[in-house]
Amino acid sequence: MGTPAIEIEGLTKDYAVGFWRKRMRRSLDNLTLQVEEGEAFGFLGPNGAGKTTTLKLLMSLVFPSAGTARVRGRSIDDVRMHREIGYLPEQPYFYDYLTARELLDYYARFFGYPLAERRQRVTRFLERVGLADAGDVQLRKFSKGMLQRVGIAQAIVHDPQVIFLDEPMSGLDPVGRREVRDIILDLKRQGRTVFFSTHILSDAEMLCDRVAVLLGGKLQGVGAPGEIVSMEVYGMEVFFEMRPGSSPPTALAGSATKIGERYRVEVPEVQLYPVLEQLRNCQARILSVAPLRPTLEDYFLKLVARDKAAPHPAGEGAR
Amino acid sequence: MSVIPAVVAINTFREAVRDRVLYNLIFFALMMIGASILVGEISIGISRLVIINLGLSAISIFGLVMAIFIGVGLVSKEIEKRTLYTLLSKPVRRWEFLVGKFGGLLLTLTVNTILMTLGLAAALYYVSRNFLRADASVLVAVYFILLELALVTALALFFSCFSSPMLSTLFTLGVYVSGIFSKDIRDIGMLTRNPAMQAAAQVLYYVLPNFHNFNTITAAAHGESIPLSLIWQNTAYAALYVMLVLIAASAVFSGRDLK
Repeated sequence: MGTPAIEIEGLTKDYAVGFWRKRMRRSLDNLTLQVEEGEAFGFLGPNGAGKTTTLKLLMSLVFPSAGTARVRGRSIDDVRMHREIGYLPEQPYFYDYLTARELLDYYARFFGYPLAERRQRVTRFLERVGLADAGDVQLRKFSKGMLQRVGIAQAIVHDPQVIFLDEPMSGLDPVGRREVRDIILDLKRQGRTVFFSTHILSDAEMLCDRVAVLLGGKLQGVGAPGEIVSMEVYGMEVFFEMRPGSSPPTALAGSATKIGERYRVEVPEVQLYPVLEQLRNCQARILSVAPLRPTLEDYFLKLVARDKAAPHPAGEGAR
Repeated sequence: MSVIPAVVAINTFREAVRDRVLYNLIFFALMMIGASILVGEISIGISRLVIINLGLSAISIFGLVMAIFIGVGLVSKEIEKRTLYTLLSKPVRRWEFLVGKFGGLLLTLTVNTILMTLGLAAALYYVSRNFLRADASVLVAVYFILLELALVTALALFFSCFSSPMLSTLFTLGVYVSGIFSKDIRDIGMLTRNPAMQAAAQVLYYVLPNFHNFNTITAAAHGESIPLSLIWQNTAYAALYVMLVLIAASAVFSGRDLK
């Protein structure tokens, strides 16, 4: 087995807080995980979970209080590591006096490409992110979605093997999200490793080979999205329509929710057939019956609820 | 030799050139030179002296304002707007970024100073229709102003590596003013009988940049020649001081968390 794309060992970050900066607040607590080459890896957690801190540590924007990390076998302290990676920060902002073309050219210069190759790369990557027509527009005139796309272009303009994206879908409209998703899938098809943080769980479920869930700076679990949440069916979802002028059976009156002309009801698996029988008796039209499985979102919310309910020892969070 | 500082420097220069504040400063500097012509017209017999004095002072003051106000924002603006995050994810070391930023602003200041000097030369030609051999001192004075600006830029950059733009401005101004009077600080220290005060004044004299030696505006206005030894001395002093300040700035900035 080759070198993992990303190896993180016991990475910890404490920030000094308070006027005298004597108190410490732990943002990331002993994070250990490994991401293999070619994986699309989702880094999930609510705001303040430590996702951005982890990415900043990997980029050497902040320095660890403890622990180490390597990308493709190179320590994160080694500047040569940066030749093999691309990074999109959260809510990226760029030099607004530059055009998109000038910005990409500026970043490409750091990799020592000659002028002709830089021009060719910049044009290719502008096209790739759908900005071929906006290349000569100053970035100050760009919308948020366009800035996000420029951000992705600058992260991949040098064909890195490992790409780190911090909340790449945040603030984008559905079309923008779809485009970013397609770019990530495209990178994955090319065998690149994509490590991205998100709190949009459906995106992670759709794109990731594996996900890690972070909460309060601590790793809660790592695995395939299907593995991390139980595949057990916990109920059945039934959609039905009533004949005009009739109402749902009294047994379902409290639990059925009306959505337009349709009704939706969740029932335990064992009660499915009796419920269907009742619906048939009152001549309801069954539209769909589907099993209910916990989603990543349910898992996530359960973790957050558990964390809130757990008694926190005095001083925790300010170690 | 890394080309990265040069890449950063060119971009910093481009930013300054596209920034409208810069054009305003040039405009005001040219206004000052225009005013010097007017003053020169009403100063019978000493118009050249007045024009050189006012022109060089304007070049120095506008350069200083730019060096301090742009200098203190060089790093903080990149952190605040998070443009530094993307930049440092490339194979760019922090010291290379700092040296590039310094180089970019120095290039901007040089171009501005050259433009303002051309304005001054035009004003001089306007009043006397010729240039004198003694006017070479004006060019030396301009060169010294540039050395002074390099020092101030390095100091502003250094302070902005660990403090807010407001504090960095105050610190830079403070050091600049103290640097002008560094010789007086030492002399005052020597006048006291307290050995601790004397030692402190001596240390301050050596630590603070000595800006006094860079001011040859009056000599240039009077057409006095400036000794070659002073040119060498000031060049070497500024180069060494700038290097030390940039090393200190790199040391501070390389260990800083960019939150």
